[in-house]
Amino acid sequence: MTVSTRTAATKTAADLAQREGATVELLNVVKDYAGHRALTGVNLSMAPGEFISLLGPSGCGKTTVLRALSGLETITEGRILIDGSDVAQVPVNKRDIGMVFQAYSLFPHLTVQQNVEFGLRMRKVDAASRRTRAQDALDMVGLGHLGERYAHQLSGGQQQRVALARALVTRPRVLLLDEPLSALDAKVRVQLRDEIRRIQTDLGITTLFVTHDQEEALAVSDRVAVMREGNIEQVGTPEDLYTQPATSFVATFVGLSNPVAAELAGETVTAFGMSLPLLGTGPRDGAVTAYIRPEDITLSSAESATGIPATVVVSSFLGSLRRTQVRLDDGTLLFVQHDVRVRPLTGDRVMLELAGRPVAVSVRE
Amino acid sequence: MTRSNATAELIDPAAVATTTPTPGPLRLSRARFAAEPTKATRRIILTVVGVVFIVPILAMVEFSLRVGQPVNNVQAYGFTHYLAIFDPANNQAYSNLFQGIGNSLGICAITVAIVLVLLLPTMIFVELKFPKLRRVLEFICIIPVTIPSIVLVVGFVPVYSIVAQIFGSYPWTMAFAVGIIVLPYAYRPIAANLAAVEVVVLSEAGRSLGAGWGSVLMRVILPNLRRGILASCFITIAVVLGEYTIASFLSQNTFQTALLLVQHTDPYVAVIFAVLALVFAFVLLLLIGRLGSLRPGGTRLTRRSA
Repeated sequence: MTVSTRTAATKTAADLAQREGATVELLNVVKDYAGHRALTGVNLSMAPGEFISLLGPSGCGKTTVLRALSGLETITEGRILIDGSDVAQVPVNKRDIGMVFQAYSLFPHLTVQQNVEFGLRMRKVDAASRRTRAQDALDMVGLGHLGERYAHQLSGGQQQRVALARALVTRPRVLLLDEPLSALDAKVRVQLRDEIRRIQTDLGITTLFVTHDQEEALAVSDRVAVMREGNIEQVGTPEDLYTQPATSFVATFVGLSNPVAAELAGETVTAFGMSLPLLGTGPRDGAVTAYIRPEDITLSSAESATGIPATVVVSSFLGSLRRTQVRLDDGTLLFVQHDVRVRPLTGDRVMLELAGRPVAVSVRE
Repeated sequence: MTRSNATAELIDPAAVATTTPTPGPLRLSRARFAAEPTKATRRIILTVVGVVFIVPILAMVEFSLRVGQPVNNVQAYGFTHYLAIFDPANNQAYSNLFQGIGNSLGICAITVAIVLVLLLPTMIFVELKFPKLRRVLEFICIIPVTIPSIVLVVGFVPVYSIVAQIFGSYPWTMAFAVGIIVLPYAYRPIAANLAAVEVVVLSEAGRSLGAGWGSVLMRVILPNLRRGILASCFITIAVVLGEYTIASFLSQNTFQTALLLVQHTDPYVAVIFAVLALVFAFVLLLLIGRLGSLRPGGTRLTRRSA
C-alpha cells in the first residue's frame, strides 16, 4: 500500500498558479515632481510571464516607473495598460499587483501566517481558504514551518521570502520587485535571486524587477531595460545588452568597458593601430570613442614581439578570473581580464593584443 | 628621535606618570564617555533618585496615619483618617473633593479624546502625506511647554469668556485648554513610535495588498502605534490630574483645586488623596514602561535586541 504524503518540500509554485501572466504596456509615461521631471516619456512592453529588470544608476527613475505601475505614484502624462485596460487612474489597492519592497515591509504586529493572509483577508476570502493558501505560499518559499513567528524573529532573507509569499498569495496579475535583495548579504542575495526566478518561472507571472546591480539583472531576467535620466536607453536580452549596446552609456554601464580613442571609417574602427569591426551602427566617420571589453584584450609577456606595451598597475583575483589594470606608455589606463593562472605583478612590463571582436563606438566628446 | 630621547632622559618617569595622561587611560576614558554606566553607577543613581522620591512619599504616608497629637512624645498611628473618607457622616465635608475628582476624570476623558481624534490623525497624515511638515508640527506641539502655564492661562481667560457663552461654564470645557497644555507630552510618545515604525512602507505594503485607507489605518498603522498611543494617553491623564493653574484661574472645581480647599479643613485627607494620586501616576508610568518594552508575541524588548 502506498501512502501519499505531501510535504512542504514537494509543494511547488504550481499550487498557486491559477492565472496567466498579464501583458503590461507603459506608453509615453511622464512623471513630474515639483520642478523636476523624473520620467521623460517611458515606453515599455512586457509579454505575459516575462521577467524584465529595470537597471540603472541611482536617481535614473527606475523605482518611479515601478511605483507608477503599482499605483503608488500618479503619472503626469501617458498610459499604463495591463491586459489592454488603462489602469493609470485605478488606485493601488484595486490594481491587483503584488509588490515586494526594498525595506522590510512585514507588518510587525502580525505573525508570518497572518502577514501572508493579509491580502486574502482584504479580498474577503474565507478563513479556511486563507489558511490553506497562506500555508501553500509559505511552503513555496520554504518557510512553511515559521508561520507562527513574528517579523523580528526572522532573518532579513526570511523576511523577504515571506514578503514574496505575501505578494504572490493573492495571485496578482503582475509582480513588482523594488530592489528586494539590496539589504541582504551577498550569499543570501544570490540564493534568493535564483529562488525568485524559479518561482516566477513556475507561476508564469509577469514580473518587473528594479535593481542597480547589473549582475543581478543580467542573471535572472528575460530582458533588461537600462534606464538613464528618466528614460529607457535600451531594452534587450542580457546578451544583447552586453554584446550590442545601443549607446555609449549602455556600453559603459553594462559590464566593464575600456573607452579608448579611435577612428571610424565605414564599418572599420581603428584603435591602437589595429582594425576592428564596428558593432551595430556608428556615427559619422571620424574621431570616435571605442568601448573595448576587458575580455577582448589579451595579455602576454613583454618578450612577445607584437602588441601594445604596457605596465601592470594592479591585478585582482576574482575567483574564476583575474582582472588586471595596466597603464599604456601614453598614460591610458585599461582593464584586462584573463586566466587566473597568469599572475602579473605590479610594475611588470606586458604586451597587450586586441582580440579583434566588434566594438561599439560613440562620437568622441 | 634624538630630541625625544633627550627629553626622556631629562624628565622623571614617575612625574610623567602622575602629571601626564598616558595613551592607555586616555583611550579608556574616551571609551567610557557616553558608554553605558557600570552596574555600581546605576545602583548609586537609582538609590539617590529612589531616596529623593520615596522620602516625601513615606513622610506623607506617615502623616496620613497619625492619630491625634503625640502624648509624651509618642505618636499614635492608625487608619482613622482613611476610614473617615468613607464615613457617610463626612459626605458633605468631602463632596467637593469627590466632585473635583469626577470633574478631573471627565476632563481626562475629553482631553484623551482630543489627542486621539485631533493630534493622532494629524500626525499620521503629516507622516504619510506631508513629511516635510513634520518639523512644523513638532514645533507647534512643543510651544506650550516653552510658555509658562500662568502666561497661557492669562491668554485663555478672555477666550473662555466666549467658550462659556457657547458651551456654558462647565468644568469639562477646560479640556480645550488642557488639550493644548498636554500637546508636548502627548506628541512625543506618538512621534517616537512613528519614527520607529516605517509607517510609509507599511501603508504602501498594505495598499498594494488590496487594503483601502481605512483598513490600512485600522489594521496596519494603529496596531503598530499602540504603544505610543497608550503612552500618550497615560501621560495625558497624569498631566490632567496634576493640572491646577488653569482650573484655579477659570474658577473650576477639579481634583487639584478641591485638594487645596480640603487641605484647609482636613490636611490628612488632602495628603491621603495626594498619595493616591502619586501612586496612580506611578502605576501609569510603570504601565508605559511595560508597554514600551513589549514586542508582538509577548517577548520583551531588551537593550540588545533593540
